[in-house]
Amino acid sequence: MTHKVLLIEDEPNITEAMRFIFGRDGWLVSAEPDGAKAFAAISYHRPDLVILDVMLPGVSGFEVLSILRADPVFGQTPVIMLTAKGLERDRDASLRAGANLFIAKPFANADLLKAARDLVEK
Amino acid sequence: MRVSKATLTGSRVRERRLTLGMRQAAVAKSAGISASYLNLIEHNRRRIGPDVLARLAQALAVDLAILSEVAEAGVVQDLRAVAALNTSLKAELDRLEEFLGRFPGWAAILVDVFRKATVAQNMVVALSDRMSHDPQLSAALHEVLSAISAVRASSDILTDVQDIDPEWRAKFLKNLNGDSRRLSRGAEVLVTYLDAPDKTSEAPLASATEQFDAWLTERDWHFCADFLAKPLAVQNDLQLLPTKSARFLAQKWIMQIEKDQKTLPDVEFGAALEQMGPDPRILAQQFGADIATVLRRLGSWAGLRAGLVICDASGALVFRKPIDGFVPPRFGPACALWPLYAALARPMIPLQQDITLTGQDGRVFRSFSICEASFPTGFDGPELREAVMLVLPQETAAKSDAQDVGASCRICPKNACAARREMSIMAEFV
Repeated sequence: MTHKVLLIEDEPNITEAMRFIFGRDGWLVSAEPDGAKAFAAISYHRPDLVILDVMLPGVSGFEVLSILRADPVFGQTPVIMLTAKGLERDRDASLRAGANLFIAKPFANADLLKAARDLVEK
Repeated sequence: MRVSKATLTGSRVRERRLTLGMRQAAVAKSAGISASYLNLIEHNRRRIGPDVLARLAQALAVDLAILSEVAEAGVVQDLRAVAALNTSLKAELDRLEEFLGRFPGWAAILVDVFRKATVAQNMVVALSDRMSHDPQLSAALHEVLSAISAVRASSDILTDVQDIDPEWRAKFLKNLNGDSRRLSRGAEVLVTYLDAPDKTSEAPLASATEQFDAWLTERDWHFCADFLAKPLAVQNDLQLLPTKSARFLAQKWIMQIEKDQKTLPDVEFGAALEQMGPDPRILAQQFGADIATVLRRLGSWAGLRAGLVICDASGALVFRKPIDGFVPPRFGPACALWPLYAALARPMIPLQQDITLTGQDGRVFRSFSICEASFPTGFDGPELREAVMLVLPQETAAKSDAQDVGASCRICPKNACAARREMSIMAEFV
């Protein structure tokens, strides 16, 4: 069965690379660069996995995540959080906010892909 | 008991000489001592006899009293603070005066070490604060990490995917190129930021406010209209500030001063001041000026011994001109009992209050404060507040009418204070 992943990431080149990597691995990939539209994108695409950047312009990934987790329909969607900070406090904050996994930037494509597979096949 | 004040007097001599921009040799010559002796004096390594001090005062065109006065209280305070650093060592505080009298050199060294340690400590706090809270640094780091991530994502693909379509390949190469350029720009920003920007000052890591304060001190906190009328001279002078952020503060202050001088021109204001004395209310009335403008003018008036502090709505001191006996804290917030803060909470209501400084010799200062609110981006924009407090030495006022205030909580000896915010390092001794 084809899995659907939604990237919420404002870096177009990272999004492009992810599209390529996940697409090549057989995923259906959609992307949303605007954090404010993240939840709308989730309810529209209904992904099996969300990859969410912490540092989004205007709105933080933590906010997006807490809105998502409070939702009765999509609240259980697995989320991998990406952050450019790689800080302990971000890791804690993202796990507390309900992220399933935390990956610090910069990351290896293969690692992210493997983590994504593990999460949706679990 | 006769207590030598040489320790701090030496520093004062040095400060004064540097302010005047004079060479040691020149000052030594006109005071009739050798340059090497002056050097020793300036570094507090020799006592200064009364004769030499008088000649130095003359050579430096400064009142003898200014070079010699109140050093003692400061040294005593500092030694108390030194003792507070480790109370388990039980310094003989009851014999402090005796110590100062008998071993002024050792006392000076202790105080000097203590001051340097305090500066270093504050610097560490400021730096770690800067690392964790500075939005500029955080943004620069984020940019670099984002660029690295993008580089890595593209290069991983180019390396790992053998059978990549030429079109994709070209695309990722292009992205890689763009992101690596971006990365080097980001790295440059970061390096510029982290590189000690200050090559001219003795303390390269001093904060922008300190650099600004030092710059103002060198100029006696005063700019005359003639000077301000020459934009080029002003620009050159601003360039002497070692960092952009210090220049920003100075530029802002100069713009304020220019505005104030337009309202209250040097000649007219000087004449009125001479005639009516430094009464802010009368002067404001006379010129139809804002009280805040008058306070700023008086506070930076050459020849008037006045302290001036200005804070914004957060209470942060944005301007700190000390006078003898009233020294605003260099770091962190001031004493909550300052009339400045009372004024801050009540915009446009002038406040006059006599104050004494806790732990000082009971000298009375008269403070005048007012807070003004402004809406620089229009009525629907944010309300900004700025409170100004002018502090004038008051010879005649009764001490009993004065409110006792501190400099900042951490070094204030008044233990049982209703406004105490944090433990004092002096607390155990009072």
